[in-house]
Amino acid sequence: MLLNQFLLLGAVLFCIGVYGVLARRNGVLVLMSVEIILNSVNINLVAFGALNDDVGGAVFALFVIAVAAAEVGIGLAIVLLMYRNRRSIDLSEADMLKG
Amino acid sequence: MGLLILAAEAAPTGPMSVSDANWFLANAWLIPLLPALSFAAILAFGKRMPRRGSELGLVAVGASFLLAVAAAVAWVAHHGAHETAPAVHRSVSWLVSGGVRYDAGILVDGLSVMMLVVVTAVSLLVHVYSTDYVAGDARYTHFFAFLSLFTAAMLFFVLSDNLLQMIVGWELVGVCSFVLIGHWWEAKANSDAALKAFLTNRVGDVGLLVGMSILFFAAGGAFDTLTVNSRIVAGEVSHTALVAASACLLAAVMSKSGQFVLHTWLPDAMAGPTPVSALIHAATMVVAGIFMVARLYPVFWDGMAIASSSVNLLALVGAVTLLFGGLLAFTQNDIKKVLAYSTVSQLGYMVMALGVGAWTAAMFHLFTHAFFKACLFLGSGSVSHAAGGFDMKKNMGGLRRAMPHTYRTFLVATVALMGLPPLAGFWSKDEILAGTGGWGLLGGTGGNGAYTAMLLMGLAGAAVTAAYMTRVIYLTFFGRYRGEGHPHESGPRIVVPLYALAAMAVVAGLFNMPAGFQLWPEAAQERFGHYVEPVAAYFPPIGHATPSWSLAVVSTLVALGGAAAAYRYYFVKVRARSRAEGQSLTELPDGPTAANKLARAGHRVLADKYYFDHLYTGIVAGGVKGPAAKAAYWTNQKVIDAVVDGAGRSAVAAGRAVYDRLDQGVIDNVIIDGAGRVSDSAGESLRGMQTGKVQQYAAILFAAAAVLAGVFIVVVSL
Repeated sequence: MLLNQFLLLGAVLFCIGVYGVLARRNGVLVLMSVEIILNSVNINLVAFGALNDDVGGAVFALFVIAVAAAEVGIGLAIVLLMYRNRRSIDLSEADMLKG
Repeated sequence: MGLLILAAEAAPTGPMSVSDANWFLANAWLIPLLPALSFAAILAFGKRMPRRGSELGLVAVGASFLLAVAAAVAWVAHHGAHETAPAVHRSVSWLVSGGVRYDAGILVDGLSVMMLVVVTAVSLLVHVYSTDYVAGDARYTHFFAFLSLFTAAMLFFVLSDNLLQMIVGWELVGVCSFVLIGHWWEAKANSDAALKAFLTNRVGDVGLLVGMSILFFAAGGAFDTLTVNSRIVAGEVSHTALVAASACLLAAVMSKSGQFVLHTWLPDAMAGPTPVSALIHAATMVVAGIFMVARLYPVFWDGMAIASSSVNLLALVGAVTLLFGGLLAFTQNDIKKVLAYSTVSQLGYMVMALGVGAWTAAMFHLFTHAFFKACLFLGSGSVSHAAGGFDMKKNMGGLRRAMPHTYRTFLVATVALMGLPPLAGFWSKDEILAGTGGWGLLGGTGGNGAYTAMLLMGLAGAAVTAAYMTRVIYLTFFGRYRGEGHPHESGPRIVVPLYALAAMAVVAGLFNMPAGFQLWPEAAQERFGHYVEPVAAYFPPIGHATPSWSLAVVSTLVALGGAAAAYRYYFVKVRARSRAEGQSLTELPDGPTAANKLARAGHRVLADKYYFDHLYTGIVAGGVKGPAAKAAYWTNQKVIDAVVDGAGRSAVAAGRAVYDRLDQGVIDNVIIDGAGRVSDSAGESLRGMQTGKVQQYAAILFAAAAVLAGVFIVVVSL
């Protein structure tokens, strides 16, 4: 099995995710990008787990999925509240914490 | 627990391999499993059953009872005429962590088999009784579910083979007690009583946890009861640790088994339905503490130095409880509260018996008491069912004609409780008194040391018991009916359990006829002690007292004396006055409490329950905000403040001097202001970073992570 393929896929997904997080203005899309990042990590975990014949990698990935589900739940709730209060989910406008 | 054993392979670790043991002993785990399953089943679909779930509980507990009886028969066969029989021990590993094995398992010996029979028998009768007593209740199904759960928890507790499992069972029965006391939680008093029971028990539970932890470490890291006990008997455990452990465990006994100073929850627990009081607060759960002492007897044997003293903490707690609890029963007008204090007092007998080394006598009293006290409670429930209340002075009187069956069974159980021959209570109580070893002067000897003080308190307690029970009988069944209902005999589902329990109250004593008793065949003497008391490496070498005719006669006379005094007051004086005045009196208007100042003061102390409730709620709990707070305030103002003021004044003088030079000059100008200026300018320059834009933060985060990853790669490759 070639580990490289999986690592490359993971790296590409990670970069796409990072780009989305940094460049997108839409809150929902930023959250989706975060999910992509997490799943790229999952690919790495599972790949290394399969390579070492260790179930730990898959278990870890499951944990990551569970945590990601919780995280996106909170994230969407925040986006929803933002929309209710400001009628917009543009992250660049949300800068009330400016120092 | 049962499921665990089913799933995992059974590893025989005990002194007896499982394949040798009888099927009923090796599979005793089925006995708690059945009610546990019925609990789940009743919760799941009890409401849709034709009898709303009660039949599930009945069938499960009935099957458990049959299994328990089979186990008892098997144990008798297994033990036979041998001096000693190995306990059947089965366990499976629950988990292994840090080199310690946590097991779950069963330990079946005479003690646990006896408890299995008592718990399942009383529980079965209470189930039958409840189908009538709780009929029509909004939470009928719920009630039976928790009755099942309680039965399962109690059986689980008595079968447990290790300390952890005991703690689990102990807490489980506590929770069931809480739920069932608060069964009618709509009334504030009931939910308060449930909370009080739960919280008071938490006090003791702390002792239980600490004591068990001490035991675990002192016994070299073992939870297994047999191992812990054997190591203590073999003298491998330090005495100091055992003193501490037994003192902590005693706190647990005091709360769970309603011993003096922590007994206040038990009378309040009567707020629960009467079947619950009979099952949980008379026959089974409250003896959990007694059982725990009996199971871990080496701990107390060594820690309390039972073998070689004439007074120890365990015996003292028991003796004080039996006497003072009995006195409290005098002033109560609620029939269930009288019985509750009576239970407190009888539990005191058991604790005292364990304290003086009369192990078998304690267990035997537990056995007989379970039957006659359950009978009394169920009888009081039957009476109140008909009379419409529990107050003996307002709701009852003259019920013997309307309720002949209840009256007869109640009377039998009362005589058994008074300890009059030949009923069950006589044999067990007499054995306890003999076991104190304090009767040396008149022939009775043996035992473990001469606990003369305990013997005297036990005798006094017997007189008190006989007296307050005579009062109950008069107020409930004699005189004229004072209530407003139309009392009638209860139905067969209430009366039959009463007769069953009353029959046991008559014959239970025959199981342990004293050794050397001339009127009983020698082969049938002390059967209970033979089969229940272990003679093994995990049990201390306790001494056995020789029963004596003289003590039996004296204790009977003392009990009769107590009964006669109460009889003279109620059945002669009060009755004559009632006839003369044409009404149903409950006390003489010019009786001793009215005529005699001392008696009145004593009555007040008893009626206020020695002020323990005031002590706990008023002073201990309320003290934080009440008088103690005032005292603290005064101390604060007058003592601490004076010191503070003095210190303050001198400090001011010193401070002024320092202020002008050191403070203003050096610190303020250079250090404080300097720090302020530095942080101000730093903040100003760093402010630019706080744009408030999330994505900018994210960019910094990723950049930092990339830099750190680069550093990591360089460091690793070096």
